[in-house]
Amino acid sequence: MISIRNLSYHIDGVAILDDITIDLPKGKVTALVGPNGAGKSTLLSLIARLEPLQCGTIDIGALTIGQCSNRQLAKQISILPQMTEHVPRLSVRELVSFGRFPYHQGRPGPEDEAKVDEALQVFDLDDLAQRSVVDLSGGQRQRAQIAMTFAQDTEYMLLDEPLNNLDIAASRALMARIRELAHSYNKTIVVVLHDINYASRYADWIIALSAGKTAAAGSPAEIVTPKLLGDVFKSDAEIRMIDGHPVVLV
Amino acid sequence: MPKRFWILGILLVICCTAFMTWGARGPLHFVIPFRATKLAALGLVGMSISTSTVLFQAVSQNRILSPSIMGFDALYIMILTAAVYFLGGMTVANLSAHLSFAVSTGVMVIGALGLFSTLLRSSQNNLMRMILTGIVFGALFRSLTDFMQRLIDPNEFSVIQTGSYARFTQIETDLLFIAAALCAGALFLTWKMRFRLDVLALGRDVAMNLGLNVRRTELEALTLTALLVAVTTALVGPVAFLGLLVVSLARLVVPVERHAPLLICAGLIAMIVLIGGQLLFERVFQLTTPLAVIIDLVGGSIFLFLLLKGHRR
Amino acid sequence: MRVTAWYWAGLIGLALISICSLFVGVIDLSASDLLHDKEALRVLGISRFPRTMAAIIAGAAMAVSGSVMQMLVRNRFVEPMTAGTGQGAALGILIVTLFFPAASIFVKMAIATVTALVASLGFLVIVRRLPPTQPLLVPLVGLIYGGIIGAAVVFVAYQADLLQYISVWLNGAFSGVLRGRYELLWLAAGGAVLTYFAADQFAIVGMGQTITTSLGLDYKQIVLVGLIAISAISALTVTTVGIIPFVGLIVPNIVSRLFGDNLRRTLPLVAITGAGLTLVSDIIGRIVRYPFEVPVGTVLGVIGAVVFLWLLFRKPQYA
Repeated sequence: MISIRNLSYHIDGVAILDDITIDLPKGKVTALVGPNGAGKSTLLSLIARLEPLQCGTIDIGALTIGQCSNRQLAKQISILPQMTEHVPRLSVRELVSFGRFPYHQGRPGPEDEAKVDEALQVFDLDDLAQRSVVDLSGGQRQRAQIAMTFAQDTEYMLLDEPLNNLDIAASRALMARIRELAHSYNKTIVVVLHDINYASRYADWIIALSAGKTAAAGSPAEIVTPKLLGDVFKSDAEIRMIDGHPVVLV
Repeated sequence: MPKRFWILGILLVICCTAFMTWGARGPLHFVIPFRATKLAALGLVGMSISTSTVLFQAVSQNRILSPSIMGFDALYIMILTAAVYFLGGMTVANLSAHLSFAVSTGVMVIGALGLFSTLLRSSQNNLMRMILTGIVFGALFRSLTDFMQRLIDPNEFSVIQTGSYARFTQIETDLLFIAAALCAGALFLTWKMRFRLDVLALGRDVAMNLGLNVRRTELEALTLTALLVAVTTALVGPVAFLGLLVVSLARLVVPVERHAPLLICAGLIAMIVLIGGQLLFERVFQLTTPLAVIIDLVGGSIFLFLLLKGHRR
Repeated sequence: MRVTAWYWAGLIGLALISICSLFVGVIDLSASDLLHDKEALRVLGISRFPRTMAAIIAGAAMAVSGSVMQMLVRNRFVEPMTAGTGQGAALGILIVTLFFPAASIFVKMAIATVTALVASLGFLVIVRRLPPTQPLLVPLVGLIYGGIIGAAVVFVAYQADLLQYISVWLNGAFSGVLRGRYELLWLAAGGAVLTYFAADQFAIVGMGQTITTSLGLDYKQIVLVGLIAISAISALTVTTVGIIPFVGLIVPNIVSRLFGDNLRRTLPLVAITGAGLTLVSDIIGRIVRYPFEVPVGTVLGVIGAVVFLWLLFRKPQYA
């Protein structure tokens, strides 16, 4: 479980996050949603210790951020950054192998190779293993990146807007894979999503942020309501229930 | 607005008077013609540099470029050197100064047109790549120049040294008359196209829409730019950032989008900077460093500032 | 393995070029002379061998530090000698020459390294403020930034009447290399070898701050270590042979296009190619106007600028 207590964050005197206290459930897919500027990405960077904590605490399982070494944390939690323009000229296998760095520090052993093989297999990358990441499509590249975080073999995985630049087929396949990782490999996954419908369809738990505060937290069926859309997203879109999932009519 | 021009004009007159009279020793009939020639040359250089920069900025539609940043003067020096190198046995001394100047200027206009009109067209949507290409071309021209100079005369290091910075102190006065004539013609033509430049600066599409013959105007402006750069470089050598410096200052003094006041203002400022700067350097502080080095330092910093200002995160 | 085959090919090629280098110069040398002529051996030992080694080391070290810098800055078009590091080192040497003319060569080196480091840190601070959407802005700013520091060096040198040194530092040449005058470069070679041990770390830093932290590494620390290595290597090179331009830019680019960015695999190849390119340029400089010499900085200025232009205008490899 990731437990966040009294977390606040300011940039130049402006509150980005304001006294947040929440728990992110273990072994589940948690989606962070909210309008632009609500503080989703900041919250994710703080959990991933990318930015130093200013006030409040974050515990990741037994580790407390700021009180354990970076390398210890790297075996516990990994983050998939947003896709950037700058793509390294590495083969898929080389990229995924870098996920093992926290364990081997540059000297991969047989167990590291085995884990890389497993990651390639889990993410259907066997055929692409020797291809350069540069030549892949957006969806394939995203898959290779997630395979790298999978190879890092951490209990907690954070994904920052992984659906950016993906088409509908790649987006659905990715979300299905994320669910499978949580449920078959018992991983705790936190994913920042823009589209509330993807959150509603694929997440087990949703946390809605609004202006740096938690506006709501709960299962999709409890959370995705006209009231939430009105309060958090300032929208009066309709909601229908389909197969037990609330769907926002956009 | 006219008040600002008056102030600049008065400043220029002060600079010129001081330049003519400060610390003059010896017989006046000797000092005055000597200094007047230098003054005329500096004025000519100032007008050419500011005008060529205004022209180039109108064609490339941005305000952080100058012909010398894009390698124009390096190209000219390379052509001069190549002329000497390939004409082989006939050394520069045999070749009359006027002839080599005329030939090099002609080649320069053709070369600049060929290189920079393709560059401008192919990089229309990628300003950074265009500037970077210009700078790398400049570096290439300088290296090639150095290379050829060493092939011509391996022991002559002074050639390279004077070739890399403008020398306002030793002006090629024998070229002054032909340079002045060329320059006057180019300035006149530029003045005639000032309204077309206003339209061109709005952007190619807008200009086209307003019925301007864009291609022709661009070619004319580039030709005049090449000509003016050739004149300046032949007289004093390369002056990297002076054009950018004075035109940026002029845009502060006359913050309007029209080229008529901009051309005048930039010309006045360029002459003040050159004549006043030379006066301060040579006579008042008696520094040994060439003025061009300082202009490079200041102008380079301004260029960096302009680049960063336009691209804050 | 494809790459290992290339290592050997590269090494054999480099050995052949080195042999050529040993026998090209003003004083005629032939292989048979070496067997019976003591004078020939002396020329080889005092001049030709040191010169060849200097070109190999300087080229390899510059190529490696270019590779590392491109990872640290996350931009393929930067290198120490055109982005202020080399000019910073020249400024340091100038300061020592002006104020502590009696200082030992090691003090000189240390100060040059510090000024080079300050200059590179300054560049990095500027680059961090640039938008990531404009990758070409980075080398552009680097060239101007290096140019400004270079102009400052020229200004000071003019005032202090040290111009003759300037042309030596700002335009690299191996003609002054003799036994006893180039050995500092071995330290640069050591520095380049040390960076190899951190090859994985630099490759990871090249993937960005997020991934670096996520993999449990200290981003700032690696960047600082990398900059120190680059600055020291540049300072050593500038002090002994002057600024060697473009090797650090074009060699890593070409190797990366052919073999990718896995530095642990590619750095040896980068070093071999950099050494080969520099040595070939030096040989060209020696024979093109025999018996006079064209400095290697000039030859590389021509070759490097042409390759740089090609890299700028080639079809983009990825969208």
